[in-house]
Amino acid sequence: MNPKKVDKIAVGVIYAMSGVIVLILASLLLFILWRGLPQISWEFLTAPAKSFQVGGGVGIQLFNSFYLLLLTMLISTPLALGAAIYLSEYAKQNWMTDFVRTAIEVLSSLPSVVVGLFGFLIFVIQFDFGFSILSGALALTIFNLPLLTRTIEDSLQAIPATQREAGLALGLSRWETVTRVILPAALPGIITGMILAAGRIFGEAAALIYTAGQSAPALDFTNWNPQSITSPLNIFRPAETLAVHIWKINSEGVMPDGAEVSAGASAVLIIAVMLFNLGSRYLGRKLQKKATSA
Amino acid sequence: MVTNEKIIETNDVHLYYGKNEALKGITLDFNPNEITALIGPSGCGKSTYLRTLNRMNDLIQDVTITGQVKYKGKDIYSPKMDTVELRKKIGMVFQQPNPFPFSVFDNVAYGLRISGMKDKQKIQHIVEESLKKAAVWDDVKDKLHDSALALSGGQQQRVCIARVIAIEPEIILLDEPTSALDPVSSGKIENMLLELKENYTMIMVTHNMQQASRISDNTAFFLQGHLIEHGKTRQIFTNPTQQETEDYISGRFG
Ligand SMILES: Nc1ncnc2c1ncn2[C@@H]1O[C@H](COP(=O)(O)OP(=O)(O)O)[C@@H](O)[C@H]1O
Ligand SMILES: [Mg+2]
Repeated sequence: MNPKKVDKIAVGVIYAMSGVIVLILASLLLFILWRGLPQISWEFLTAPAKSFQVGGGVGIQLFNSFYLLLLTMLISTPLALGAAIYLSEYAKQNWMTDFVRTAIEVLSSLPSVVVGLFGFLIFVIQFDFGFSILSGALALTIFNLPLLTRTIEDSLQAIPATQREAGLALGLSRWETVTRVILPAALPGIITGMILAAGRIFGEAAALIYTAGQSAPALDFTNWNPQSITSPLNIFRPAETLAVHIWKINSEGVMPDGAEVSAGASAVLIIAVMLFNLGSRYLGRKLQKKATSA
Repeated sequence: MVTNEKIIETNDVHLYYGKNEALKGITLDFNPNEITALIGPSGCGKSTYLRTLNRMNDLIQDVTITGQVKYKGKDIYSPKMDTVELRKKIGMVFQQPNPFPFSVFDNVAYGLRISGMKDKQKIQHIVEESLKKAAVWDDVKDKLHDSALALSGGQQQRVCIARVIAIEPEIILLDEPTSALDPVSSGKIENMLLELKENYTMIMVTHNMQQASRISDNTAFFLQGHLIEHGKTRQIFTNPTQQETEDYISGRFG
């Protein structure tokens, strides 16, 4: 065969393969939305779940998912950012940092069930946080930290060394160079990393089953006292999330309309992740604009 | 500043990358308000030497430097030296234009703002003056708030020079500032450097013999980590004392 022909065939195969992937994704998405969208109503999004009757909603689970996501990102972002800045900008390249990097890589491939069990033993039992938002957020932090650190470090490393030289040669200190030049330049990459992490967290169930728990006590959205068990802000209350709810309905749900609720919840999950995605991108662009004109 | 007084003095400077000795005892002084060209074949240590003058080699792991580098009589490698302050006084322009991925205006204003200047009008004024001095104002005055990365290579390099000028250094180090640029842009930068000479001391690495002879007052010729010869540019180019210098200048190697 001549090279031209080979080239044509190769391109054809690549097109076909990407086509298949797109097709799979699109049909999955369409399937979930097609089944789930009809279930979604204001009622469904705000009403509490019902265990035995028809007509339960996912309001509390939805709130729990966002609240957990927020807490997890609040805990893990500064940690990951600090670790990534250290690894990328300050650490000497030697066996120690190589070791830390390898450790991070290994951690990032831990199955989330294992992270969940670890969280159960440590946070729920040992620290006596019980099945709670706090236990869940800490478990999710462990689950999230390695990959987030890694993606942030990668986006810092992607900024060419000439930018660091430019900063230092301009009489900026090392820290100023990092915070005023490298970080703003890396911001789009960092935001993308955070979006990916957020998607993973939002859809995570296995790490939460034994940490944040599988029940969603009724919340009173007018109660802003974080100590009260019915307050949405309370971090010591058990908090079933949307993803856990879907898992639970399908494994032990006894409500007659389980299939519908599950379909609706799946659609909500996907839509939420997509909305979150778009919003973060927009925010990222805004942030960068602000950071670079500081 | 009194003429005759040296602004930078280097004395028997050796630099090792690990075990590899890249500078083998360089002793060379610089007069204020003059342009000195550092010439020599690739890999002879010109950039390495230039970077010892503002301690940019500190960034590289495993570098050892011996000897003395003095800026206005003060040893810059003394533990008491504030490298951040030093680099404000000794600015640097690199071979590849390296503007920050920000707007043209912010690139030039950055150093000022970070060192605490708040007065918007003053910043605006300095940015404009710096861009004018760097002979790029006419090119960018209508796109101050566009990304500097959208400019041509030559314009980017002049913005980088403006960025350095804005923080009012006394010395500007230039490492082959025009080697990545076309002849027209290079010519603009050469003319601009000649004008800047009134107010700044400049030390410039260059590969381009015409450039060295056109704009420099002094020339220093490096070869394999040694300083072979230095002196008035006219003398080096017309009447070198060393055979290697003559061979290099006449294009017999390098
Ligand atoms: N960061 C570095 N690490 C190790 N060796 C280096 C480094 N930079 C330069 N060198 C070596 O030092 C010598 C001088 O390099 P350099 O100063 O860049 O030369 P020039 O600028 O004259 O082309 C070369 O042999 C080069 O390989
Ligand atoms: Mg060089």
